[in-house]
Amino acid sequence: MIAQPDNSRLKTELIIAGMIAFFMLVVMPILNAQGIISNFTINLWGKYLSYALLAISVDLLWGYTGLLSLGQALFFTLGGYMHGMYLMRMIGDLGQYQQPIPDFLVFLGWTELPNFWKPFSSFPFAFGMVLLVPGIVAGIFGFFAFRSRIKGVYFSILTQALTYAAAIMFFRNNLLLGGNNGFTDFKFILGFDILSATTQRWLYIATGVTLLGVYALCRWLSKTKFGLVQRAIRDGENRVLFSGYAAADYKLFVFVLSAMIASVAGALYVPQVGIINPGEMVPAKSLEAVVWVAVGGRGTLVGPIIGAIFINVLKSWAARAFPDLWLFLLGGLFILVVIFLPGGLVSLPERLRPVWAKIRSWFPSRAVAVTAPADSDSNPTKLN
Amino acid sequence: MKFSKLLAVGALSLSALISSVQAAESVKVGVLHSLSGTMAISETSLRDILLFTFDEINAKGGVLGKKIEPVVVDGASDWPLFAEKAKQLLEQDEVAVTFGCWTSVSRKSVLPVYEKNNGLLFYPVQYEGEEESQNVFYTAEAVNQQATPAVDYLLEQGYTKFYLLGTDYVYPQTTNLVLLEYLLSKGVPIENIGGGFRRDGDGDVISAGKYTGFGHTDYQQIISEIKQFAAGGDTAVISTLNGDTNVPFFKEYAAAGLSAETCPVVSFSISEDEFRGLPADQLVGQLGCWTYFQSIESPANEKFVADFQAWLAKSNVTGLVKEGRVTCSPMVLSYAGVYLWKAAVEKAGSFDVDKVRMALKSGLSFDGPGGTVTTQPNMHLTKNVFIGETKANGQFEILEEFEGVYGEPWLKGKFK
Repeated sequence: MIAQPDNSRLKTELIIAGMIAFFMLVVMPILNAQGIISNFTINLWGKYLSYALLAISVDLLWGYTGLLSLGQALFFTLGGYMHGMYLMRMIGDLGQYQQPIPDFLVFLGWTELPNFWKPFSSFPFAFGMVLLVPGIVAGIFGFFAFRSRIKGVYFSILTQALTYAAAIMFFRNNLLLGGNNGFTDFKFILGFDILSATTQRWLYIATGVTLLGVYALCRWLSKTKFGLVQRAIRDGENRVLFSGYAAADYKLFVFVLSAMIASVAGALYVPQVGIINPGEMVPAKSLEAVVWVAVGGRGTLVGPIIGAIFINVLKSWAARAFPDLWLFLLGGLFILVVIFLPGGLVSLPERLRPVWAKIRSWFPSRAVAVTAPADSDSNPTKLN
Repeated sequence: MKFSKLLAVGALSLSALISSVQAAESVKVGVLHSLSGTMAISETSLRDILLFTFDEINAKGGVLGKKIEPVVVDGASDWPLFAEKAKQLLEQDEVAVTFGCWTSVSRKSVLPVYEKNNGLLFYPVQYEGEEESQNVFYTAEAVNQQATPAVDYLLEQGYTKFYLLGTDYVYPQTTNLVLLEYLLSKGVPIENIGGGFRRDGDGDVISAGKYTGFGHTDYQQIISEIKQFAAGGDTAVISTLNGDTNVPFFKEYAAAGLSAETCPVVSFSISEDEFRGLPADQLVGQLGCWTYFQSIESPANEKFVADFQAWLAKSNVTGLVKEGRVTCSPMVLSYAGVYLWKAAVEKAGSFDVDKVRMALKSGLSFDGPGGTVTTQPNMHLTKNVFIGETKANGQFEILEEFEGVYGEPWLKGKFK
């Protein structure tokens, strides 16, 4: 159902992606440093880009492998917590209680750091945990789920239950991870003031570069034989099984990979928004990410990025412009896109082509001029 | 063609002129509450009362001759979004002051933003204390303006045993730790304090009372425990249960044969506004403790309630619920906050946050619906505390009043 781009289209996509990346990663930060783009905007876009990363992780599972996971918020939040633990350690004794351990631990009556907190003072360790912890959770869960051939709606329900259970667990103060309030009031990252405009700009750039890297990785993966098997599982899992492929292993690999991508997204998100708490883990958050992918266009890699950015820009704008009505606006948009644009926003140019052709036919004199370059454009494909 | 262009340019410059004139005569004020999501049911009422207050002040000439121009944003019960919207209010809209937040986690989320931008936030809802930011003015009830007066009342009534119950988050946890210390200091033996304790390695209590999660529904076991604990009589339950969980709790409580006569429950999180969503008839006789009740009989309160109802009737704010509206403590503390800010601005002669803060710390008073409130140097508020008994119509009958209670945020370890 979802067409794979041929080489020329891929080339166009890569050129456009490169141009956008140049603008976002070089031009915008420079304009920010010059004071033309506000720190608020840069910070906001950093948040959007980490959401885009989360959306790619959903798409890798849903759009490319046919696994609708409603538990991506769990991995996103886990990544946030792992990085958050490092950031909490960096507060030092600047908290409310001026103790060398995080405030909520003082509050719970701790006088020294619990053992599992200790290694998180090291950034490399915390970063390792960002990849490892969600990877292990996804690995164990996926191993049992895929071995038992759980798929379709059952897989969605199970992943949703997983993230819900984790949220309840994280709400508990006994877990020593801040309970309902989670982690907040961060001060330093790698020795830099976390709230300064420069740090926030670099966090934005780091998020952008990561997004670009993950995009390239997924693009490459989709071109390999692995990507082919992945899509085959999506389109006809039984046939893949009968052809002698261990579909469960492929699915497990994709599940773990996408959990790690979501986790990195969460780790980049936390220092830019300044808080992580179990509220980010509830199934509704996972659903939001699925909506971004659906609106942008699943199974396309570019679609989820566009969807995540588009919806969140809209959300930021509407929550200020129409504080009472913005949810209706968003809901209405989602319904419209699903009904009239099942391929998502990325399919819009395709869908508009016949309309454009019709408009062109009303102006016969201009039609010639427009068709000619279109023809020459398609020639290289044939030569390839 | 040319003429229309000229017209357009003229219209544009005219509108620019008008908006610049408006800008000169108005001051932007942020309203940061959840208008959607789980907290909307409570926080929308605060948005409403704030808009009412702004209209009231604007009708009398505004603040320092400037009309208040509210900038309302939706925090959507989404804590990172609260931080984003706070940033927007401070950095883009450059509001002079913000009124907002309900949950502690939303306040914790925006706190670094207000501190970094040197903004000013008025926070109106009962909270756990253990915080004293220079960028937040807490009109909220501190633990000693709700929990300890309630215990004083219960002791006075002859209750000797207390069961502590709450939702597992920072406000109930802190309140119960403070209450444990307070009860012990009043000579209540530790075996008369129910709900259980958690101790650290040295045997010190680090958590007191029984806790359930958000949205918990099954209270059967806890209530049978309460029943056992209350068997000797003279027992009261001190509840910091939050929101929806109160419905199954009180249902089960009545079903188990417990009542306000046999074992009263004093709740700190149920105000008149919560009864719009709770069955009040199941709570008849149970106790509440706030710094304001709608049933206060004073000319100031009667005028306030009548004016708010009149405003509701004629206002055309989108999404405004007009039927069955009541006033409650968080609303009145929001209302008082606006007037205190106005008084501080007028005293300082400026909207500058540093100057306004200095004026706030100097001890300004406001005669509001709940009586006189006075600002303190620690950015909290001295106010009157009332104990009330729930009636079937969701109102409270006032049983006792404590006058001029000083707001003290740092209470842990104070009564040891």
